[in-house]
Amino acid sequence: MQKMTREALLEKARELLSSGKVSAVLGWKKGEFDYDVTPAVFDSVDALEDFVWGDFCGANLSKYLIKETKKHRVLVFLKPCDTYSMNQLLTEHRFEREQVHAVGVPCDGMADINLLRRKAGEGIVSVDSIGEEIKVETLYSDEPVIIDRREVLLERCVNCKSKKHAAFDELLSDAGEDSSSDRFQDVEKLESMTPDERFEFWQNELSRCIRCNACRDVCPACTCETCVFNNPSSGAENKAPVNSFEEQMFHIIRAFHVAGRCTDCGECARVCPEHIPLHLINRKIIKDMNAFYGVFQAGAEVGAKSPLLDYTVSDIEPGAVFDGRDHDA
Amino acid sequence: MRKCALSKLPDVFEKIASEMTLFLPVDREDGRAEYQQWVPGKALSDALTTVKSPKDLFFPQTEDLMRFKVEGKKIAIDDIREDVEPFAVFGVRACDVRSLDILDRVFLTEPRDSYYAEKREKGVVVSLSCEKPAETCFCTAFGIDPLTSAGDVAVWKTETALFFKANTEKGGAFLKIIEELTEDTAGEEVEAVKAKTEKILQKLPLRDVPVNAFGGGKTQALFDRPEWDTLSESCLGCGTCTFVCPTCQCYDIKDFSAGNAVIRYRCWDSCMYSEFTKMAHGNNRVTQKERFRQRFMHKLVYFPENHDGLFSCVGCGRCLRSCPVSMNIVKVMRKIGGKHNA
Ligand code: SF4
Ligand code: SF4
Ligand code: SF4
Ligand code: SF4
Repeated sequence: MQKMTREALLEKARELLSSGKVSAVLGWKKGEFDYDVTPAVFDSVDALEDFVWGDFCGANLSKYLIKETKKHRVLVFLKPCDTYSMNQLLTEHRFEREQVHAVGVPCDGMADINLLRRKAGEGIVSVDSIGEEIKVETLYSDEPVIIDRREVLLERCVNCKSKKHAAFDELLSDAGEDSSSDRFQDVEKLESMTPDERFEFWQNELSRCIRCNACRDVCPACTCETCVFNNPSSGAENKAPVNSFEEQMFHIIRAFHVAGRCTDCGECARVCPEHIPLHLINRKIIKDMNAFYGVFQAGAEVGAKSPLLDYTVSDIEPGAVFDGRDHDA
Repeated sequence: MRKCALSKLPDVFEKIASEMTLFLPVDREDGRAEYQQWVPGKALSDALTTVKSPKDLFFPQTEDLMRFKVEGKKIAIDDIREDVEPFAVFGVRACDVRSLDILDRVFLTEPRDSYYAEKREKGVVVSLSCEKPAETCFCTAFGIDPLTSAGDVAVWKTETALFFKANTEKGGAFLKIIEELTEDTAGEEVEAVKAKTEKILQKLPLRDVPVNAFGGGKTQALFDRPEWDTLSESCLGCGTCTFVCPTCQCYDIKDFSAGNAVIRYRCWDSCMYSEFTKMAHGNNRVTQKERFRQRFMHKLVYFPENHDGLFSCVGCGRCLRSCPVSMNIVKVMRKIGGKHNA
């Protein structure tokens, strides 16, 4: 359950809409079930009837600001991790800051419906969060199934990088703290594999990719007006995996293109229908950048230059081979 | 009807695989299932739906069509399609079986698509009746009976046995292959399983999506509905829904240049993409709203209009599970056509 209530968010939304300070609210909308929440624009107090806030509001709303700020001054609700994306978009001049009223919402971690299904079984007809328990009713159990909320959190929430908002106009609660999770653990596991094992791991994962582009289209760092992969004049346009090599190229090219700009928001891995752990690719790059150039968090500050775009004389030689192991030892 | 003990399933698979390539849904580590080729040790998944549908086996995501080769001043055109060996797809749910009827309407009417046709001719569809429909299932809204599947052979599973019934000549020949492993039965047990599942069908939350609000002849009434604006606003245009959908059939034809030869292939395309059917004059649908509307109007209005009232959604629920923003055909239908079917 989220400690912050839906009512608190609604009150803020109503207040700003009625006062005319904003003409639209970016939030989350109720679905057919308790878990299929959709990002939505609410342009009147009446429309807010379908507004929801809860354990399934994982979607990061920052990217929608590009589109919506062209039409409205927008109230956007941002979880701590979402604020990094907003800052990064501002760094890249994707929209006008004045068009946004950012309200920071504290977050207790969001649930992953896929994990919940694995625990509670198929046929989920209702989901109710109470404290650290999630009560699930299914078509196949007479009694509700009780699940420990902590066991069904999204990967990125288990490895939450911060409960502190990096940007806001106002906060709905006291400022949060940096988290102490170790998000690089899984990357270290990959690093400890032999190159062959690692290659096999990625072959296996990426072979499932259906090139649906959900990872790219949800990514707040992927905001090119026309992606090279969609642009028939780019020479790299490609709608489908012709072979596994091209498939990997798509992911490698994308990873390099978002390198230094990826905030590790985890949206790509959250939405992949094939459950490919895409966050590990980006996180490996973040980890290496931290080791090469010092710790850098994209989106922590508006205007901060990514080390990949910022040459200093002390930068290591680009040709240096680095694989995380000490060669002198 | 024929019957065999459930414990004999691996033998059944082995026997089939000795005669033809066998594909079936197999569980994956991430908790979802996908169609894979059977090899000893692979077990049939209990999952209701696979991430991608069996459409792939008849209409692959990418498929080589032909090769052009320049020799001096001549161009040689080679048919480079892969040989299709006889194959069986085991465990196809009723929704996916219906999706093949829908694809047939597209690919088997003149001009017939010979690539698809060959796979349809050589493939035996062995359906599997549903025991535990999910909350995302709404096949019954489209008149599909998940308890008596069509396909070349229909299969029912009880806790201890499997029951087979041939629906077509091809299905009869298929049952011959496993004749020694099966025995004749009147199949009373089948009715008991069906009755149990029937009760669940009555409880499915999406069973009464408003299909009657859609159908042929409704273009004028639905095209300019204001709801398309709000429905499409969250859509990312990613195309996931079209790639997991068993009935989406749009493809692009592209050339891959390999030095002095060009390989022409086709790959799935998506009406959700900005460059879909791009022509010299530009694009037919320039906003995501128009692209979004196309997907649903096609499934719910244009297709039935052109194909004797047949909707081209089968209610499999895949788009409900895979859309990154949880927007889907049920939300569209209920927003435009009302909560319940009238
Ligand atoms: S979301 Fe997953 S399946 Fe889709 S293109 Fe990205 S990696 Fe591939
Ligand atoms: S690459 Fe993935 S983790 Fe990084 S910003 Fe994009 S969606 Fe978020
Ligand atoms: S409806 Fe969903 S899956 Fe389909 S294109 Fe839009 S965002 Fe992607
Ligand atoms: S539109 Fe959705 S529910 Fe309908 S057939 Fe396609 S994937 Fe299945």
